[in-house]
Amino acid sequence: MTRAQAVLAWAGLAVVLGGPLVVAATSPLLAWRDPVYIAAGLAGVVALALLLVQPLLAGGLLPGLPMARGRRVHRRVGGVLVAAVAVHVGGLWLTSPPDVIDALSFASPTPFSAWGVIAMWALFGAAIIALLRRRLRPRVFRLAHTVLVAIVVIGSVVHAVQIVGTMGTVSKAVLCALVVAGFLKVVADLRVWRAFPRRKA
Amino acid sequence: MTRFQPTRRSFLIASAVTAGAALTTASGLRVPAQAKGLAPTPSMRGGANNYLPGAPIVERIGGGGFWMSGTVRRAGDGAPLAGMRIQIWAHTTEGHERDPHSHGATLTDANGEFRLEMPQIVPAFGQPHGHLAYDDEAFKTVFLRPVMRSAADTRLSAHFVLQPT
Repeated sequence: MTRAQAVLAWAGLAVVLGGPLVVAATSPLLAWRDPVYIAAGLAGVVALALLLVQPLLAGGLLPGLPMARGRRVHRRVGGVLVAAVAVHVGGLWLTSPPDVIDALSFASPTPFSAWGVIAMWALFGAAIIALLRRRLRPRVFRLAHTVLVAIVVIGSVVHAVQIVGTMGTVSKAVLCALVVAGFLKVVADLRVWRAFPRRKA
Repeated sequence: MTRFQPTRRSFLIASAVTAGAALTTASGLRVPAQAKGLAPTPSMRGGANNYLPGAPIVERIGGGGFWMSGTVRRAGDGAPLAGMRIQIWAHTTEGHERDPHSHGATLTDANGEFRLEMPQIVPAFGQPHGHLAYDDEAFKTVFLRPVMRSAADTRLSAHFVLQPT
């Protein structure tokens, strides 16, 4: 990859990640929200944006961050992602405890909250698996981490799409499509399914 | 959360029920005038969130511009209930759902109808929605949490069928 291509790739990523954040940060809805609620909402947008960065890092697809270095950054970003989700849920809790208790106990009337909660638990699971990586057989780690991340991706995208919130419709749709595409591309590139035991003929 | 795992049998049963319902509806076997069996409205999940017991009866909540309306009837015979106290609250342009000034109550008229002007509801917790509650002694408590089709809507209605205690 030439230097110009690398610059273009990073600039493209910046637009794709920054666009939804700018839209959310300038949403007219913010006028009627208090700072904790605003922070909680933006943390959710950041988390969704990081879901696009993670597979690109794991697959060594970002210029200047080949596989080995990319995976070191992937682990760090994973920690930030968990923190972003914690701020998202914690901030919503402070804003309206009963709504969050409903969501966490799957008693909420709105389907998007259930998808979000499922994605949250799957993310925590994927993070715990990552922390235990050295104690697990590589095949077990790869399989478990990928399956949990697939749940995170599906859950988060459905959660985001169903929400009437601060993200713009177009920027949200583009980001969600790229999150799914990035995940599928890296799963395909790394041939993750090879970790599955081959079925006997 | 209940999981829906369709099997061939459940699909056939569902199809038969749907076909049966379509038949009875189309053939007029279901007569709407038979209000004797009017079932009580069940409370909605999340309806009680940020309820404020004893919110005062008001002429209007805040500056107004948005209309919440509905009816209150008795379960069984469907008779309209006058003088029923309905509490209304929501996240609006003038305050959060849990702010006391976002709450207000109103009474139904002789036709069992109520309507209360309030500030525009804005999307909160994923979707624009209102809250309504009946919580007095004569009938069982009902909490409703209707969702707006669009955040641009300036009216929303909800209907109560109350079960005597």
